[in-house]
Amino acid sequence: MYTMSSKIKITSAILIIIGTIGLIYGFMSTPASVDEVTTMLADSHAAHGDTHAVSNTHAEVDAHHDEHHAEHVYDQLKNRPWASIYTAALFFFLLAVGAFAFYAVQNAAQAGWSPILFRVMEGISTYILPGGIVVFVLLVLSMLGYNHLFIWTDPDVVAHDAIIANKVGYLNTPFFLLRAAIYIGGWAFLSWLMRKNSRKMDENFNESLFKKNFKVSAIFLVFFIVSESMMSWDFIMSIDTHWFSTLFGWYVFASMFVSGITMIALVTIYLKSRGYLPEVNNSHIHDLAKFMFGISIFWTYLWFSQFLLIWYANIPEEAVYYVQRIEDYNLLFFGMVAINFIFPLLVLVNTDFKRVNWIVVMTGIVILIGHYLNFYVMIMPGTVGESWFIGIPEISSILLIAGLFLYVIFNGLAKAPLIAKNFPLIKESKHFHY
Amino acid sequence: MAAKVLHAFYTDDDILMNAVKKVRDKKYSIEEVYCPFPVHGLDKAMGLQHTKLAITSFLYGCVGLAVALTMMNFIMIVDWPQNIGGKPSFSLMENLPAFIPTAFEMTVFFAAHLMVITFYMRSKLWPFKEAENPDVRTTDDHFLMEVNVGANDIQEVAEFLHSTGAVEIDLKKEVKHD
Repeated sequence: MYTMSSKIKITSAILIIIGTIGLIYGFMSTPASVDEVTTMLADSHAAHGDTHAVSNTHAEVDAHHDEHHAEHVYDQLKNRPWASIYTAALFFFLLAVGAFAFYAVQNAAQAGWSPILFRVMEGISTYILPGGIVVFVLLVLSMLGYNHLFIWTDPDVVAHDAIIANKVGYLNTPFFLLRAAIYIGGWAFLSWLMRKNSRKMDENFNESLFKKNFKVSAIFLVFFIVSESMMSWDFIMSIDTHWFSTLFGWYVFASMFVSGITMIALVTIYLKSRGYLPEVNNSHIHDLAKFMFGISIFWTYLWFSQFLLIWYANIPEEAVYYVQRIEDYNLLFFGMVAINFIFPLLVLVNTDFKRVNWIVVMTGIVILIGHYLNFYVMIMPGTVGESWFIGIPEISSILLIAGLFLYVIFNGLAKAPLIAKNFPLIKESKHFHY
Repeated sequence: MAAKVLHAFYTDDDILMNAVKKVRDKKYSIEEVYCPFPVHGLDKAMGLQHTKLAITSFLYGCVGLAVALTMMNFIMIVDWPQNIGGKPSFSLMENLPAFIPTAFEMTVFFAAHLMVITFYMRSKLWPFKEAENPDVRTTDDHFLMEVNVGANDIQEVAEFLHSTGAVEIDLKKEVKHD
């Protein structure tokens, strides 16, 4: 039985406190009015010196343009702390859902190698409910108009935009929140149900519990693949309201799946280093690392498939999505591919490296950073545009949510023995070796 | 002078595995083991070196990638540039996304085929090659361990092999093996 060490409690408390302070600072430091932004922009123009002297003839046009521009930048800066907490909250929530999807796959496939890691996966899945609530609260606040993350919530925008007006039947506040509640509620309920059955099996084994969990995992996977796809349209794609991509659901799925598997590997290696899970051997780590490697490549395949078709067809309303990312987010957009694809490819392609804990941990941390950046590049261009910066609000959002995540999952791990001792395939898993 | 070699036959892969471990503990030298099917973990038990085939595969993949890019640069950019879908082919970099699927396929093609050819060469396999099995039963239901007697007493080695579960032990003059 695992008990949460005080070190983890203190770490998560510190992360939450620093994160909260930083986030509050982020909210405080947003400009109070459009005028403030105008002076700010004027200052930065002045700082650039006389570079604009040539455009004096256009002074009048410029003045009008500047006004619009200032308003625009004001909205973006106002959005920034909201978008950063939303990105972090969504990333960790979906990571937990991805880990749980992996657990459901292992159950549905009746895999023999993994049952020894089931409690780790269950522990990570305990974050689905609190993480989902955080995301839901943020969505409700967005719908109430506290921010402009989703431009389709603004009736003024919809009235002047025929494309968005056509989507109102799907993208409207009550239906949106209802769908969000169904996804989050469904995932939280099914993960709770599977955890409950799994823990009940510890007391006395009952074949019907095993069969029940098999069925629940199959039901979850069917529900998940539909709801996950719709969730990705709602929570992420609707930020760029005009744009759409048919494989977006898969793309987000690959990202959350690889992050979830990576988190399973990191938590397993952590627990093992603390003397728990003595029967986990390097073959188990090897298999997790294979999944990290494989799903990283799967993610790249989807990233490229989405890019290639839009690049080739070059239809303006589709291409604009990439134009913005390549112009304003160039380093992040391509850097993310380097750390999500080339790095894991070159490091984890080696069989022996997949069995070395510190290499798996290092690659895992890089993969998690890469997939956070993936979420960042998906969410930020539509919310803060070219006014992005990874500064205090972004980093403190990550710290805040990471602290919450750490506390919740280790608390969840401490709720049940770390080995599901009565699971029918546990013996095979203990002897797993090749 | 031809070395003396013992052929020990086993009928079960578990017994064979244990026998291999025991023989190695005794420091007798195992030349080769012939099996009707791949026995999991036998390579480790025999202390064989880890295969370098994966490394050659990686290198062949790199060659394939280079060949693909060179080839497409010549075909699509240098030799016969075409305007496809409003994308004039003036430089490799600007059109790179279009070449990536081909580059990927060529990488896989080179890696796979050259790896198989390397494997055949390394194993000295080619069409119409005569089988090297010393005994035809190793293609059916028997496992054969070839032990080099060296300076040891033949009787002693044979008795030891018998104690490890061999069902039949033959003494052979060493024919040239690799």
